[in-house]
Amino acid sequence: MINGKRVLVVIPAWNEQASVAEVVGEVRGELPGVGVLVVDDGSADQTAAIATRAGATVARLPYNLGVGGAMRVGYRYGYEHGYDVVVKVDADGQHDPRYVPKLIDALDEADFVIGARFAGEGDYTVKGPRKWAMIMLSRVLSWLGRTRLTDTTSGFVAANRRTVELLARWYPVEYLGDTIEVLVRLMRNGYRIRQVPVTMRPRAAGTPSHSPVKSTIYLARAFFILLLSMVRK
Amino acid sequence: MKLTILTAITGFALLVIIFELVRRRQLREKYALLWATVGIVVVPLALFPRLLDAVSLAVGIANGASLVLFLGLVFLLVLCVHLSWEVSRLEEETRTLAEEIALLRTEMERANSDQR
Repeated sequence: MINGKRVLVVIPAWNEQASVAEVVGEVRGELPGVGVLVVDDGSADQTAAIATRAGATVARLPYNLGVGGAMRVGYRYGYEHGYDVVVKVDADGQHDPRYVPKLIDALDEADFVIGARFAGEGDYTVKGPRKWAMIMLSRVLSWLGRTRLTDTTSGFVAANRRTVELLARWYPVEYLGDTIEVLVRLMRNGYRIRQVPVTMRPRAAGTPSHSPVKSTIYLARAFFILLLSMVRK
Repeated sequence: MKLTILTAITGFALLVIIFELVRRRQLREKYALLWATVGIVVVPLALFPRLLDAVSLAVGIANGASLVLFLGLVFLLVLCVHLSWEVSRLEEETRTLAEEIALLRTEMERANSDQR
């Protein structure tokens, strides 16, 4: 229970055996009394076994679906088990669970809360096409949601019961759909979205990509998915 | 004349393959129907290539072969779009099944560990 609400932390994990135990341990240590569900997205390594040993409930997908598939499992589990809030935390250790209560407090005035970098706290920087993509996305989505959003592709999010109900039924599986398209759909249907400034940590395992080609493709895909989500039913 | 033999053989081969696939239950009925229709249209045209000349003149295309080519291309494009649609739908269905299995297995393991 946090702020009088039953909270489920969902951790989608794909081949994250190096960091998942630490993340589960930290979540359980910092947030006693919350449910912890690790969704193993078809990992080939020991992710599921390690997460179980660390004390999480584990849902194992038979093959890799991508974050969208893993998260729909998470939201459905949360919905069916009567949780009031579902918080997504990444398995790579980027997201500090000490911010979770802050996110949940913000749900008092919103249906969906984003833990955002660039919002005053932390010192995360990007440059080149990836930065332009992020600027474009935050401009458009801020305008659409009538609120200030600086980090629309953040994976550190909290959803209240009303939003969980929608996302348990509908959650895009395409790349970037899980962030951009979800936000656009929520906004178009009148869900209130807010952001809370957070500091993100360097990933415990794996490295983010900085290649200019990849970030240009990223910009193009972000733009495409944004357009698509505006016209989709 | 040689060309007519070639196209006729092709048309009949198509019909035989479709029939055999349906007979072995390898093709769903809807596709069998589709391809059978194609076969039925193609075979007479293969035997009498000039059959469509009158129609093509009426719509302003110089000869029947061009009309067939054009229609064939349109047909294949539409078919490709249809198949993409089918694959998207199938992917969505298998995704839902995979998620359902993950949830069921989780519930089962929970029930087992509660009993112990």
